[in-house]
Parts: sequence; C-alpha cells; structure tokens
Amino acid sequence: MIHFKNIKKSFDNNHVLRDVNLEVARGQSMAIIGGSGTGKSVLIKTVLGLIKPDSGIIIVDGIDVNKSTHDQFLERFGMLFQGGALFDSLPVWKNVAFRLQRGSQKRSKDEAREISIKKLRRVGLGPEIADKYPAELSGGMQKRVSLARAIATDPEIIFFDEPTTGLDPIMSSVINELIREIVVELGVTAMTITHDMTSVMAIADQVAMLHDGKIQWCGSRSKLKDSGNSYVNQFIHGTAKGPIKTLR
Amino acid sequence: MTLAKIVSELGRFLIQFLVSTGKVSIFAGQALSYIFRPPFYLREIISNVFNIGYLSIPVVGLTATFTGAALALQIYSGGSRFNATEVVPQIVAIGMVRELGPVLVGLMIAARVTSSIAAELATMKVTEQLDALITLSTNPMKYLVMPRVLAGIITGPILVLVADSLGVFGGFLVSTQSLGFNPNNYILSTVHFLTAADILSSLVKGASFGLIATLMGCYYGLNSNHGAQGVGSATKSSVQAAAVLILAINFLLTALLFTA
Repeated sequence: MIHFKNIKKSFDNNHVLRDVNLEVARGQSMAIIGGSGTGKSVLIKTVLGLIKPDSGIIIVDGIDVNKSTHDQFLERFGMLFQGGALFDSLPVWKNVAFRLQRGSQKRSKDEAREISIKKLRRVGLGPEIADKYPAELSGGMQKRVSLARAIATDPEIIFFDEPTTGLDPIMSSVINELIREIVVELGVTAMTITHDMTSVMAIADQVAMLHDGKIQWCGSRSKLKDSGNSYVNQFIHGTAKGPIKTLR
Repeated sequence: MTLAKIVSELGRFLIQFLVSTGKVSIFAGQALSYIFRPPFYLREIISNVFNIGYLSIPVVGLTATFTGAALALQIYSGGSRFNATEVVPQIVAIGMVRELGPVLVGLMIAARVTSSIAAELATMKVTEQLDALITLSTNPMKYLVMPRVLAGIITGPILVLVADSLGVFGGFLVSTQSLGFNPNNYILSTVHFLTAADILSSLVKGASFGLIATLMGCYYGLNSNHGAQGVGSATKSSVQAAAVLILAINFLLTALLFTA
C-alpha cells in the first residue's frame, strides 16, 4: 500500500502540493486526474525520491520512503515516463534490459536480451526492433518500449505518467488496453497520472482528483460521474464554468 | 549609479561567485570520489576514453601541427632581427611542450568535448532520461559523470603528448623544408634542450585540463534549465567556464612549476 500523509511541496512561491493525503491499496489501479500544472507528476516523483517533499511522509508497505535503502526500494518500481525517457545512446533492447545489466538484478547478456525481447513481444513489438535506436521509432512505439522497460523486472508497483499524451486516439486506446492487461496480469499496484478521461475509464479502479494542491475527491471509477463534487464534474465534462479557474 | 548600489552589485556578484565555486567544488569532489567507489561501469569508461580521447586526435593533431609550424616561422622572423635564428628548435620545443601543446589541447577539448557533454546531459535532463536513470536504480553521477571525468583525466595527457609531438613536428617540417635547417641538427637540438620536467609538466597540465573540460560539461549539463534554451545556455556556459578555467589554471600551474 502507498500512503501519502500531509505532503507539501513548494517551488519558490508556487505551492504545488499543499496537503495531500491519499491511500493506494495493494493491487489497486489508481488514476490521479487534474489539470496541467496541478502537481500530479510532482506527487509521483516524491515517492521515487526524484523530488523531496517539504513536509509529510510517504509510506510504502509500512516503510517510510525516506528511511528505506534507496536502490533496493527503487527495484520494486517501474515507471513509464510521459515522453518515454528512453536512452538515446542505447539500442531498444538495452533500454528495456537496462536494469537487468547492472546492480542486484544483473543477468548475463544473452539472458537480458532474451527477457528484453519477451517484454517487447508483450507490448506488441517484434524482435526486429531490438537493435534499433529510440530515435528510429514512432512516438507510439517509443511508448511501448518504455512500457516494456517499466515491466522488465516484473515490479510490484508501476507509475504511468501521462501514458497517452501525444498519441493518436487509436494508439492511445492500444496503450490503455496494454496497461490494463499488464496491471491485471502482473497484479501490480498502479498509479496513473492523466487528464485523459478515456485513459481513466480504461485503466483505473479508483480515481483521485488533485486540484489546488489537495485531493479534492477520491473514489471508485464507477462513481466518478455521480461524484457530486464540483471539481470532478467540471473536469470530466471539460467545461469552463466551475470552481476550477481557467484562463481565456 | 550611487556608490551604495555599486557596492551592493559587487557584493551580489561576489556572493554568486562564491556560491557557484562552492557548488562546482562539491560536484567535483563527488565526481572524483566515485572514481574509487564501485560500481565502476568499465564499458562506459572505455566508450568515453574513445569519444573524448581517440576522436579528438585529428582536431588536436591538426591544430598543434599548424601552430608549431607558425611558431617556427614567427621565431625565425623575430630571431633574425638580432641574429638568433638558430634558437628556432629550442623555442618551438619549449613553447609547444610547456605551453601551447597543453593549452591547445585544453581549448580544443573544451570546444569539442565540453560542449558535447553539456548538450547531451542537458538534453537527457530535459527529456527526463536522468529521472529514468534514477528510477532504474542508477546514480547519474556514477553512470554519467564519473566515466566522463575519468576519461578526461586519462586522455588529457595522451592528447597533450600527441599535440606536443605534432607541434614540434610542424616546426621541424617548416624549419627543414623552407628555413634551411639541417634535419639531424634540429632533432638533436630539440631532444637535448627538453627536460623530463618539461614533459612531466605538460602531462600534469593535460590531466588537469581534461578534468576541467569534462567536469564543466557535466556540471552545466546536469544543472541546466528546462527547454531548448536551457540546453543552449548550458552548452555555452560550460564552454566559457572550461576555457577560462583552463587558461587560469594554466597560468597557476606555470607559476607553480616554473617559477617556484
């Protein structure tokens, strides 16, 4: 279980996270929705130690993130970054097998390549792209490779940061289905950051709405449309009128 | 501008300078400490030795050859004013080995390597590749910075040896082909005049400049701001800082090694 307790984070005078409290149960797929710049990515990055919160604690399976051995702790996670974040200088298979070539999960080169190709197949990519470089792939293929990298070591927890951003509707749907399949298949705990409601409906069990540095609503996906929360209603209907201020 | 404002601006500049110096020093200390702490990423080190060292040989070699040749012509021309043209081999040798060889290497790798490292690492930061590295349990300082810095320290002296040799060769070529020097006498004069201390100082400068060039590239790359402008700014600042530091450290090393 991931438990955020009173998380606060500011960048100079920009108070991004004011007091976030949220629980994500083990094996659950949680989607965090909210407008651009509301701190959704910041929230995920605080768990991984990429951003240090100003105050508050994050507990993963009873262990305080700040008190855990960082490398061992991170081995439990997989992350799909918004832009893929594939390493330009490495071929696709080495990107996927990055964690399998170093550290405590190190395998032989042949084994790492074999696992890499297996994971690429899992995300619908053939072995012929294994030796290509990320720059030679389309945006959708890069997302799939990044997804393959996120699941390469069968992590317990996977974070998806805007998994469908920049993709066409068909490819978005393919990625959403893949994510859902993988989450169910591996039985992982998943947190997805998105403002794409199609993604939310396809991926999430639970949904949390982040706005103004706080979780404004949290509940099951099925209750999203009848949440009775004015922030959620405005967001899912995409209207300009409501408590969320918009610039015109 | 009032006196108070001038003092205030000077104070701000001084504080900024001290803060930057402190940050770079801590960064350098961390980078150097990782050289002695596992994991060592041997493949990354070898790849960087190839990129920084081997691939810099053509530009360093050509620059040094032309500079050595031009130096011989200048010394001959200047020396002829007071009948001292025979000192060409000695001055070319001392000029190239003690000063021009190391400085040329430093400036060439600042242009070729520092800029490339800063742009690469800044782009990695902008595209979240650094964050991806961390989530994959890999420390960017160990995986990206240490191999580059170590490669700079290893290849700096080697490149300086190349520059020294080709610089002297450039002078030899011009002197023997167009200034009428005897090839055997030229070589003998050069060999007899140079001391082991000259060559050693050259190598020390090479290692120092290799360290500075790679360190500045890594520092500005990893601390770049977001966006294309951030990448451009990091690249520009890294080359400026590396070039100025190389020239300043060259002066300090010369003062320390040859006047103490």
